[in-house]
Amino acid sequence: MNWFSAALGSSVGKKLMMALTGLAFIGFLAAHLAGNLTIYGGKAAFNGYAEKLQSLGPLLHLFRAGLITFALVHVLTGLYLFWLNRRARPVGYRMHATAGGRTLSSRTMPYTGIVILVFVIFHLFHFTFVDKTATTVFDMVAAAFNQPAYVLLYAALMIVVGLHVRHGFWSAFQTLGVNHPKVMPTVSAASIAAGAVVALGFGLLPLVIALRY
Amino acid sequence: MSKTIHLTLKIWRQNGPGDKGRFETHPAKNISTDMSFLEMLDVVNEQLTLEDKEPIAFEHDCREGICGTCGTMVNGRAHGQLKGTTLCQLHMRHFADGDTLVIEPFRARAYPVIKDLVVDRSALDRVIQAGGYISVNTGNAPEANTLPVPQDRAERAMDAAACIGCGACVASCPNASAMLFVSAKVSQLALLPHGRPEAARRALSMVRAMDACGFGNCSNHRECEKTCPKEISIVNIARLNREYFKAAFISQEN
Ligand code: HEM
Ligand code: SF4
Ligand code: FES
Repeated sequence: MNWFSAALGSSVGKKLMMALTGLAFIGFLAAHLAGNLTIYGGKAAFNGYAEKLQSLGPLLHLFRAGLITFALVHVLTGLYLFWLNRRARPVGYRMHATAGGRTLSSRTMPYTGIVILVFVIFHLFHFTFVDKTATTVFDMVAAAFNQPAYVLLYAALMIVVGLHVRHGFWSAFQTLGVNHPKVMPTVSAASIAAGAVVALGFGLLPLVIALRY
Repeated sequence: MSKTIHLTLKIWRQNGPGDKGRFETHPAKNISTDMSFLEMLDVVNEQLTLEDKEPIAFEHDCREGICGTCGTMVNGRAHGQLKGTTLCQLHMRHFADGDTLVIEPFRARAYPVIKDLVVDRSALDRVIQAGGYISVNTGNAPEANTLPVPQDRAERAMDAAACIGCGACVASCPNASAMLFVSAKVSQLALLPHGRPEAARRALSMVRAMDACGFGNCSNHRECEKTCPKEISIVNIARLNREYFKAAFISQEN
């Protein structure tokens, strides 16, 4: 297995781990968003979705274990790359201008990543690891988003997640070696679309909840 | 019509590898717009010599954009602001009278400064030594048609082979990554039948050498392809990744 750890430990291998775990998170976000959209169906639909998730039992635990493993790999590798990349230029430039490659979202990847990490921990303690015997998921979420501060906070954070996805999506394809004149224009467009869907899809939900319920 | 312009240079001076270094300000007067950037530096150096001062050390050789020896940062851009151009082919007509230019060496942990604007880019040579070649026995040249190469493939190999090894991709990369250079060198051989027998070993050992030199990792910012004087595309980086994955996970090479 020496060859295996050597391959993953190389610069290209580290990026492979980032790309695979990152794409898995985008898949997770898609599923999470699809579930959250049941809120448009009203209280019963949303609570029904939450109950169905809980009824998965061991499957849900397996899924959570997978997510935590992937998160550990993505976060630790990402932070290590961030450190290595800073170390690769110990004396910086007095002037370093872009030639048109970098974007707001590509240059902020480590920072948006750290914000997402802090948010995810907060989010889990806010909605997941709470005692729900006296309330339903719907009532809990509705109560939270009746406070305008939470609506604004979540909207701002979803823009951050959207930025991370906007560069991450196409970047993962490039890392995996899928850069081809036939597919790259589609992947690039899909990356912008994915960022926008994440930012708007999740970001507008708290507002919709606040206004409707 | 040629005219003359006056410039102010804020230029990095460093006596040697151990020196801390500093920026100095020098005027560049009566510069013909027909001159190249390096000729402008020659004029400044002549003036410095007349004043009994140490001339500015910078690298150059062919001065026609093919050898890959020249290169500094000009106002934050490797080889200056002009697309697809080496510093020696950047002409002063692209600057305006009264401009101030910040001139710095290419910066990376893998590029220690030797003096002023001259940096040690031998890390790139170490990557080539690790596998940027094919092994062939000497003897009669084989019949050309025994190895047919489709025209478009040959063109793509030639596009990758246009890399002159100037190292500007590293200098412009926010992470000081050498992936564009290494990908061009892997691709020019991987695309041709002559390069296939050693492809897996080459990909593994060139990436290993690149990592050992202390270059950063690619974050797909694409600054390199926008800066490269030969406009090498990051399609080559995707190919290097594919070659690496095939070599690491499928081939028998270690
Ligand atoms: C919703 C959660 C997240 C998603 C969907 C996501 C997705 C992605 C994707 C697809 C990539 C591109 C991989 C590549 O370029 O090959 C990426 C890169 C990155 N992610 Fe995340 N990520 C998430 C959370 C995080 C967190 C919590 C961190 C941690 C601090 C983080 C840090 C990074 C960094 C630093 C990179 C850039 C790596 C590099 O190119 O050098 N991400 N992410
Ligand atoms: S890829 Fe371009 S920028 Fe990099 S070394 Fe080759 S010619 Fe120079
Ligand atoms: S001096 Fe040869 S490329 Fe500029």
